[in-house]
Amino acid sequence: MPETTFLDSTELVLNMGPQHPSTHGVLRVILKLDGEKVNGTECVIGYLHRGVEKIGENRTYQQFAPYVDRMDYVAAVSNGLGYCLAIEKLLNIEAPPRAQVTRVILTELNRIASHLLWLGTHALDIGAITPVFYCFREREEVLKIFENYCGARLTTHAFRIGGLQYELYDGFEEQVKAFCEMFLPKVDEYEELLTHNRIWVARLKGVGILSGDECKEFGVTGPVLRAAGVKWDLRKAQPYSGYEQYDFEIPTGENGDTYDRYLVRMEEMRQSVRIIRQAVAKIPTGPIGKTPKVIKPATGEVYVSIEAPKGELGYFVVSDNSTQPYRLRVRPPSFVNLQALDRMVRGGLVADVVAIIGTLDIVLGEVDR
Amino acid sequence: MGKFFRTIFLVDLFQGLWVTFRNQNPKYIYTEQYPAERPQVAERYRGAPRLNINPDNGETLCIACNLCALACPELLIVVGAERNEQTRRKELTTFTYDLSRCMFCGLCEDACPVDALELTQDFELASYTRQGWIWDRQMLEEGPTPTQYKC
Repeated sequence: MPETTFLDSTELVLNMGPQHPSTHGVLRVILKLDGEKVNGTECVIGYLHRGVEKIGENRTYQQFAPYVDRMDYVAAVSNGLGYCLAIEKLLNIEAPPRAQVTRVILTELNRIASHLLWLGTHALDIGAITPVFYCFREREEVLKIFENYCGARLTTHAFRIGGLQYELYDGFEEQVKAFCEMFLPKVDEYEELLTHNRIWVARLKGVGILSGDECKEFGVTGPVLRAAGVKWDLRKAQPYSGYEQYDFEIPTGENGDTYDRYLVRMEEMRQSVRIIRQAVAKIPTGPIGKTPKVIKPATGEVYVSIEAPKGELGYFVVSDNSTQPYRLRVRPPSFVNLQALDRMVRGGLVADVVAIIGTLDIVLGEVDR
Repeated sequence: MGKFFRTIFLVDLFQGLWVTFRNQNPKYIYTEQYPAERPQVAERYRGAPRLNINPDNGETLCIACNLCALACPELLIVVGAERNEQTRRKELTTFTYDLSRCMFCGLCEDACPVDALELTQDFELASYTRQGWIWDRQMLEEGPTPTQYKC
């Protein structure tokens, strides 16, 4: 006999996805429901699996660089930076200062773009339709900078191993400065729309609480971890690409609920603008680095992780002294953060599932790879 | 008291509505009327590939060195060359570029030593057939001819 529940009815199993608009891609969540209450979930992933890690074993180091853009396609520049840093560490080379500063500017712009897309879609899931248009309007400005710089908007392939391929275009600094100038009031505008909105607060406060210890158990990183009050940011903890030169704060939350995660991400966008302003003010002159024609690292293995917009993005590369990696493993933030979904959803309501998937900020291209 | 006032009179709701109202201003229209109004893509835009020809004598700039085909992660470029017995040099005969598998990463463009292969600003690449995606040398030299719409 199945276990009886509310009103003596049996448990209802409901499929959410893979074609559900608020699962942000092709995530399928099997919900076990007791009335409106969620008793358990099961994630079915892999609908977007392309075998990126295996593709990496069959491409040279240079050739694999465009593929990493297609994992977290919302933050392609961050993915590229992590990959380039990993191979550079394997080769024991470092990008010249001019390239490093440019990388920081573009990665932070990408963080803003990623958070904007998160904010727009998250608000759309909750029922606020206005922010998505405003967010995409500002995101467009970031994408225009990317397009001017490297010729692509989304899958940028902006960085190369050992530095940059493209020299900064004329008017880059002005355009970035103008964006920063324009963007900060816009963040206040989003906050005006949402932060004190009663529906927004009622839907988010106390929903999907994940404490700091639970975060550590699951290996959750990024804004989700910081919203639980853990001050952990790889840009501060193990600075890469010259992040130690910039002055910025790590925003943290207290309760670890969905509302705190929203506030943390909003503050992160402001901090990103702060970093960009400092970086633009001191772009050094000099070479932008050159990709080695043949990349043939000595036998060895390396793990490099960076703070992507969604959390810790790590690359583990094993080299066997050939032009192709022997093994390439990616530690994507979304994949690990998604594990915590069950803990956050259990005991909540069906409507909260949508809010929690939104707040985790997952990109299925990265979950499935 | 302040909180009570805000709750009764829905102050936060009206604050949000005021933001929406401010953005009604027609000078904040960002929509592009695409087929009528064509976007100006960036100078470095990576779009349709083109095989450049020398404007002076109308011959191709390509020296059939095969570096683009080697650089391509998807191996979608096939370069055909023939040795000219008189000049003792390799000459380009065929050049096939499979756009259906191209991800416009720009590695072929970077690899080209003579700037013959270039990703251009053309972005309208739709085709009714799969065969239409496989561009031969003639197509690569002439470039696509998208329909121009007027409003």
